[in-house]
Amino acid sequence: MSAIEKLPGSSVPDNGLLRFLTCGSVDDGKSTLIGRLLFDSKTILADTLHAIERTSAKRGLDMVDLSLLTDGLQAEREQGITIDVAYRYFTTGTRKYIIADAPGHEQYTRNMVTAASTADLAIILIDARKGVLTQTRRHSYLAHLLGIPHIVVAVNKMDLVDYAQEPFAAIAAEYLAFASRLGIADVRFLPMSALRGDMIVERGEHLHWYDGPTLLDILETAPAIHGAHAEKFRFPVQYVCRPQDSANPELHDYRGFMGRVESGELSIGDAVTVLPSGRETSVRDIQVLGESLARAIAEQSVTILLEDEIDVSRGDMIVKSGELPTIGKQIDAMLCWLSESPLDPRRKYLLRHTTRDSKAMLAGISFRVDVNTMEQQPAERLAMNDIARVRFKLAQPIFADPYAESRGTGAFIVIDESSNNTVGAGMIV
Amino acid sequence: MSTAALSNIATAGLSHLDWLESEAIHIMREVAGQCSNPVLLFSGGKDSICMLRIAEKAFRPGRFPFPLLHVDTGHNYREVVDFRDRRAAELGERLIVRSVEDSMARGTVVLNSPDEPRNKHQSVTLLEAIEEFGFDACIGGARRDEEKARAKERIFSFRDEFGQWDPKNQRPELWDLYNARSFKGENMRVFPISNWTEIDVWQYIERERLALPSIYFAHRRPLVRRGGGLLPVTEVTPARSGETIENLMVRFRTVGDITCTAPVESDADTVARIIAETAVTTITERGATRLDDQTSDASMEQRKKEGYF
Repeated sequence: MSAIEKLPGSSVPDNGLLRFLTCGSVDDGKSTLIGRLLFDSKTILADTLHAIERTSAKRGLDMVDLSLLTDGLQAEREQGITIDVAYRYFTTGTRKYIIADAPGHEQYTRNMVTAASTADLAIILIDARKGVLTQTRRHSYLAHLLGIPHIVVAVNKMDLVDYAQEPFAAIAAEYLAFASRLGIADVRFLPMSALRGDMIVERGEHLHWYDGPTLLDILETAPAIHGAHAEKFRFPVQYVCRPQDSANPELHDYRGFMGRVESGELSIGDAVTVLPSGRETSVRDIQVLGESLARAIAEQSVTILLEDEIDVSRGDMIVKSGELPTIGKQIDAMLCWLSESPLDPRRKYLLRHTTRDSKAMLAGISFRVDVNTMEQQPAERLAMNDIARVRFKLAQPIFADPYAESRGTGAFIVIDESSNNTVGAGMIV
Repeated sequence: MSTAALSNIATAGLSHLDWLESEAIHIMREVAGQCSNPVLLFSGGKDSICMLRIAEKAFRPGRFPFPLLHVDTGHNYREVVDFRDRRAAELGERLIVRSVEDSMARGTVVLNSPDEPRNKHQSVTLLEAIEEFGFDACIGGARRDEEKARAKERIFSFRDEFGQWDPKNQRPELWDLYNARSFKGENMRVFPISNWTEIDVWQYIERERLALPSIYFAHRRPLVRRGGGLLPVTEVTPARSGETIENLMVRFRTVGDITCTAPVESDADTVARIIAETAVTTITERGATRLDDQTSDASMEQRKKEGYF
């Protein structure tokens, strides 16, 4: 069966999968919002509901606290806060959703960056009584920095401002002024009450003056991250399949280059260039488990066979001829430092970009960004949660695109070889 | 929302199952590319059956770059063990079986009582197998939707030399850039279907027409009602005096150690009927059928810290 074929006999449209991020603090009702989405989409099952009913009663609450659904770890339940990114799932029958639930506090910038790295859409929660806060700006900046194309500003707790239009309009105006300075293009505003369930899945009965879509309508119709505009084809090679030892003599010369299409699409017959060698050839076949595909699209894992015998190994990249990325041993990037040990300018780190590793050394810090004010400040070193514009020198060339054009070939992580830990996350500018 | 509005959405991208499958293939290939001696855990259960299909799509026409490993409690359903052996043979891949009973004979597993469930003791046997073969990565079919503690676990989850998971000290995991590096003695647990839910698994089984052990489908079996659940009456789990044995139509939603895996009443005898039933079910997969998770709200987290998969 072809990998892009739909379920046989299925009449329900499959709009694929949307990953989104919720930003806000406990006080903004973020956990309640997620609980509400899961509850109203009937994802919560009876035994889970009974468990949170029991806990709510034990804590002396008079209604079920939906936020308990997202309090995962024992340590967090004891402290009553969320300390790490948690992933939740629900489906509407036409689309599957992955929610990345990230803590909102400043000291958890690295967690929000992690959650944002895979999100297609961000919901930024604002308390209708409090308006645009420092943390709203921080969350918006980070969502934009991490290249999330769609931002939904959810003005929550409308029930506490009598569902009045004025505070909502004032918040929207203030936010728009700030968003345009950041360069955020796609932003939508939504009044809601997560606690009462207004404008999440159901419209509710209180927000007559709002005629836009509910939150779920926005999620259901948000375009997928790929396919909206023409992309360059990028295929980092993960693994080379050479089954010479097979009993099947037809496989003796088989060389399949295995990987996932990071962006763009490829068809049989297309002219391609293999990097770093620069050798040109064309695509003989695109396969998944013995089946031939006419074309491969973004995010699809396939095996590519080439017309000519070219030496290709893990870490190489196949691109369409005439659409080459930047090949170089120096990169400028926005870097988020993730480790408790500060970035040491004298040390060598390992930089992992696509399937390629290179030794790397810091060549300079242009400035550090204050994530609350977006001000640029001079910096000598970087500590955990710092975000800065930096330059790295590399021992091996990488094949890179600006992050704003291609997340898959614009992102990298920094690894500390003394601990093997992931200590930095970078976006090439 | 009206169907007219929905039809306006571009559907040029992958369907949700294709996306999940592609992500899982990518993860398996990263293990193959980054680790020197990985192993894939295969129990004969439905999640690990999906994992084998994903491995086929990731590596054929080549052989899998890892053997298969089953940690057998000695209390598994015959149908599942037979299926396990048959499937490994069909694929022509190497299957390693290590037994909790061998660990008991060695004295490294000591049961509190003879009828104590052996599930949690699999951790010991798994760690012994990791040491015996020097595996640096174990690929498993756990999913984040199964249990609260798993919702926060990384896809590449680092374990120290005691196999312990430290939920407060996890490696940041960004984009699809996975870090599988470890020092000798440490290892990675890798979960390619982290982002799948129970219904995704069943839909994948249907789409790929995957064969399953017969006990996943409705069948008649002797059971007793105990503690709000249904318990199969078997050699290792006899009825207690005073209990009434009933012959009921049931199916298993998960299969594991006999002493802690319970079926649900059902007449779903095809994958399509199971999907229909799962879509309207009101009890979570583990809540209904995994007696070992009900001990406390945090029992899975506790077990994982101790090295459980």
